[in-house]
Amino acid sequence: MGLNDSKSTSSEVMGRLLSLTKPYRRYWIMAVASALIGVGMSLLIPVLIGDAINYVVGPGDVDFAAILPVLAWMGAAILVSSLFQWLMTYCTNKLSFYSIRDLRLQAFGKLQKVPLKYIDSNSHGDLIQAMVDDVDRISDGLLQGFTQLFTGVVTILGTLLFMLSINVTIALVVVVLTPLSFFVASFISRRTYSKFKEQSAIRGELTGFVEEMLGNQKVVKTFCYEDRAVEKFSAMNEQLNQVGVMAQFYSSLTNPCTRFVNGVVYAAVGIIGAVSAVRGNLNVGQLNSFLIYANQYTKPFNEISGVITELQAALAAARRVFSVIDQETEPSDYGLAEQVRCDGTVDIENVAFSYVPERPLIENLNLNIRAGERVAVVGPTGCGKTTIINLLMRFYDVDRGAIRLNGVDVREMKRKTLRSMYGMVLQETWLFRGTVRDNIKYGREDATEEEMVAAAKAAYAHNFIKRLPEGYETMITEDGGNLSAGQKQLLCIARVMLTRPPMLILDEATSNIDTLTEIRVQKAFEKLMEGRTSFVVAHRLSTIQESDCILVMDAGHIIEQGTHEELLAKGGFYADLYQSQFAVSR
Amino acid sequence: MIRLARYLKYFKKQVVIGPAFKLGEAVFELIVPLVMARIIDVGIRNQDTGYILRMGGLMVALGLMGLCFALICQYSAAKASQGVGTMLRDDLFRHLNQLSHGELDKIGTNSMITRVTNDVNQIQLAVAMLIRLVVRAPFLVVGAIIMSMMLDLKLSLIFLAVAPLVALVLYAVMSRSIPFYRVRQKRLDRISLITRENLSGVRVVRAFAKQQKEEERFEEANQELTDLVVRVGKLSAVLNPATFLIMNTAILLIIYFGGYRVLDGAMTQGEVYAMVNYMTQISLALVVVANLVVIFTKASASAARINEIFDIRPGMKEGELQPGQIRPVPGAPRIEFDHVSFAYPGGEKDSSKDALSDAVFSVRPGETLGIIGGTGSGKTTLVNLIPRFYEATKGQVLVDGIPVQDYSFKALRRQIGIVPQKAVLFYGTIRDNLRWGNEDAPQEVLEWAAKTAQAQDFIRQQNKGYDTLVLQGAKNFSGGQKQRLTIARALAAQPKILILDDSSSALDYATDARLRQALKDECRDMTVVIVSQRTSSIRHADQILVLDDGKIVGKGTHEELLKDCKEYREICESQESSGEEVK
Repeated sequence: MGLNDSKSTSSEVMGRLLSLTKPYRRYWIMAVASALIGVGMSLLIPVLIGDAINYVVGPGDVDFAAILPVLAWMGAAILVSSLFQWLMTYCTNKLSFYSIRDLRLQAFGKLQKVPLKYIDSNSHGDLIQAMVDDVDRISDGLLQGFTQLFTGVVTILGTLLFMLSINVTIALVVVVLTPLSFFVASFISRRTYSKFKEQSAIRGELTGFVEEMLGNQKVVKTFCYEDRAVEKFSAMNEQLNQVGVMAQFYSSLTNPCTRFVNGVVYAAVGIIGAVSAVRGNLNVGQLNSFLIYANQYTKPFNEISGVITELQAALAAARRVFSVIDQETEPSDYGLAEQVRCDGTVDIENVAFSYVPERPLIENLNLNIRAGERVAVVGPTGCGKTTIINLLMRFYDVDRGAIRLNGVDVREMKRKTLRSMYGMVLQETWLFRGTVRDNIKYGREDATEEEMVAAAKAAYAHNFIKRLPEGYETMITEDGGNLSAGQKQLLCIARVMLTRPPMLILDEATSNIDTLTEIRVQKAFEKLMEGRTSFVVAHRLSTIQESDCILVMDAGHIIEQGTHEELLAKGGFYADLYQSQFAVSR
Repeated sequence: MIRLARYLKYFKKQVVIGPAFKLGEAVFELIVPLVMARIIDVGIRNQDTGYILRMGGLMVALGLMGLCFALICQYSAAKASQGVGTMLRDDLFRHLNQLSHGELDKIGTNSMITRVTNDVNQIQLAVAMLIRLVVRAPFLVVGAIIMSMMLDLKLSLIFLAVAPLVALVLYAVMSRSIPFYRVRQKRLDRISLITRENLSGVRVVRAFAKQQKEEERFEEANQELTDLVVRVGKLSAVLNPATFLIMNTAILLIIYFGGYRVLDGAMTQGEVYAMVNYMTQISLALVVVANLVVIFTKASASAARINEIFDIRPGMKEGELQPGQIRPVPGAPRIEFDHVSFAYPGGEKDSSKDALSDAVFSVRPGETLGIIGGTGSGKTTLVNLIPRFYEATKGQVLVDGIPVQDYSFKALRRQIGIVPQKAVLFYGTIRDNLRWGNEDAPQEVLEWAAKTAQAQDFIRQQNKGYDTLVLQGAKNFSGGQKQRLTIARALAAQPKILILDDSSSALDYATDARLRQALKDECRDMTVVIVSQRTSSIRHADQILVLDDGKIVGKGTHEELLKDCKEYREICESQESSGEEVK
């Protein structure tokens, strides 16, 4: 279920990533062809340089007639190579950016279709990271890294071919020596790995500490904890310094060491080549070509070791993204009833439900609600009142039993049909970044301006909206930061007012609304509930007393059920709750 | 960035040694092509195998020495950069801890955290690069040009033409693509915003069956991002082929004109080769320079953000009075507000916009003060002035008859226990957390505090009792438990003044009532300030302040206020009529 639980192998993940690029096959083909031509041509250049230098022997001995055609070829090779190098980058860019776009869209589309259970049980931060950072990392690491790997391999193979064609012995020397740098690099990186792990552990600890202390500076100041915080921080910081110096030093060894290996290869080619030249097995131009190749040949090896770490990070990222894409969607409601007549009668029959099979939650719930009745759900915070909402809206399916509207099982109608029958106002108000108008019209975009304003007026929101800097055009910032909690709730009520659903689900806010707005919200709720079947997660006695049925919940279970009078007479949990309230406030 | 250079002076040794040794390595690297040229010109021409071997040995020796030099440089770089980072982090954290609430509000928490972590890391990287590459890369460029000049002055003109040309291409591409990255970040932020909205609002989206529409919204943002990266991609795709083209054309020219020079006897074959080699070195070094430009652009932005923090001077001056030197004025009230007004900085100058205006009241030792009012009425603002988290803009706040400005922060705040609105606990054991206000509080005091705060029972139920670990964000405790622990924490310091800032909202009703009773019984000498939005929480207080829009509109007991204060009556009525809450 979690994002990191995927068990697919690296090659499977690679395969899937490649299949993502299928629609852009022509870019693929062009990129590969350009890489072959671009790299091939660039490899030809050292040979041509060598040829040309061969004709530059000494004073009075320079064969320009021979040099010029070589240089002409060289010029052509340079032009063709740079052109195709550009084409290759262009194609891989398009290829990777377009496939990444598709991947992101696919993942987002999946989030719209997964059962709510998935979204509820995964941290939103993780999911956002998968959608944003992980997809980015795939783009950077995998697709770009892949092209680097590809050109690297082509360069290595091409160089090898050219070297072999010039001189087999020296070519073999280079082949044997070069991977040394590869080994050196991996030897060092294995050594540094433990240091890095240590470093990131301390760094994580330090960041956590900073987040705690700076994020809660007011509490820190309240308790005069500043000095102690600085002291602790310094100690951790010093520890990070010690480990950091070693980690950085070890990791920075790779570059000089591989450079040293390259130097050795270069010297070896120089010595053996020169000796061969003395023996007449090689001319000076060929030696030059060889020396250039020796440099070129080792470079991709260094790059590849860097690319591999990036590839691994990208693969891990891809695995997380695919685990989102692989989630099962809600069962299709294709072919289910779209038109269902609804007068507000709801029957809950023998319903059982639990989030985790081992911990039964709701068992054998029966409830028959006639049109226009009001049901209050009551209980301490965290008692599972939202579970009822989840089942009514079919965000979760019941395990046993059935919920019927007008006698029709909710599983036999389209989700859209079912959900459009309810108007829902949650305690955690949800507004998106957009204008006030967009937010009110969210449920019915085709509503006219008059209808929209009428809804706002009915929800007691019109007045405060008028006072906003730009009225209905005011942009609501992220999380509605520019509105008070009560105002946000009024907007959400207006949104439901506009859709005029036959049934309602309301979640009363607990606190932190100022008194005046509170009264408005209360009135708006009352108006909304007129003549509609309503389910209210209630915190207010007045709401509760006027309900036709009260469900009392505790620790996820429905423990009592009945009218206010019935429950009081019963003398159970509800009566206790009511008495404790009554005793003190009167 | 220059201002932060002062940290380098603590690492003088490394700053000198590092680049010096790196230069040494670069010199060796520059000598290698010359040696190779000698092998070609002398060794091969004279058929002298011994010479070739000696020269070859020299090349390996140069490489080995280069390696040693490089290692010394890398170590210096690691030492200096990590050291600078550590000192900078230390100073930054210390500085942030000295700022007052008003200043911290201005910066914002997330921004503070990224500055202490990310921005310092950027500086750290820049210091490492400064030591490792800043001297080396330009030196290699200049060195290669000088070497080529020594080989042949006329031919080196090609070098003088090529280096600026490549630099120009680098500049042209980068100066255009770097601004794009900021835009790209913005578009990415939009993607993450839409994702976040859809996750937190999943129920609403599905309730209105808006999945299709949301996908379209996302697709649009996604396409915008793609269009942008494709555009940047097109631009930066030019970089490598262009430099490749320039460098190789230069090599072609070197061979062509070099041919003439050799023909004239001004150069040898090996020297032409050496020239070609220097050209390659220059191209590699220029790429490094380009990367350096990027790193330093980022670092200077980070440095500016860090300096911004250092530039904020703590606006509040601490008083002289240390704990133990306090002589309360006899007969003075414990807390006194003498015509106090307060406006948040950056707010409007108009005095009608004061968050608190002309507050006058006093509380005697042992009394309970209740403060009631809607959101934004100034309740929290008022209590924040008592421990001097903010400075009153007008008037005087006194504790025990002494102006709060005369106390040192420690002396003042150690007398005051505050339970904030948001229940915040810290990573550590329960005991650590309870001892926040008083490190040396004995176990009996902790237990007394826990018991009074109604936390004793659930602490005992934890399998490790007071040694139970509180995780980051106190994820392992419920809202109500957290709140009771924060109350216990405040009590454990045995303050003279206890401020409860709307801090029983997560408690169920019975616990809340028991808590208030326990406070009454156990803390007779404590002056208690209770801030609330509900009449039930404060109706029994000795004195109640009714706040509305920053003004005290009523002052007195519950009964008096019911009689005299219109606002108080309204609040009471609204809460009665809508029914008290059942929790």
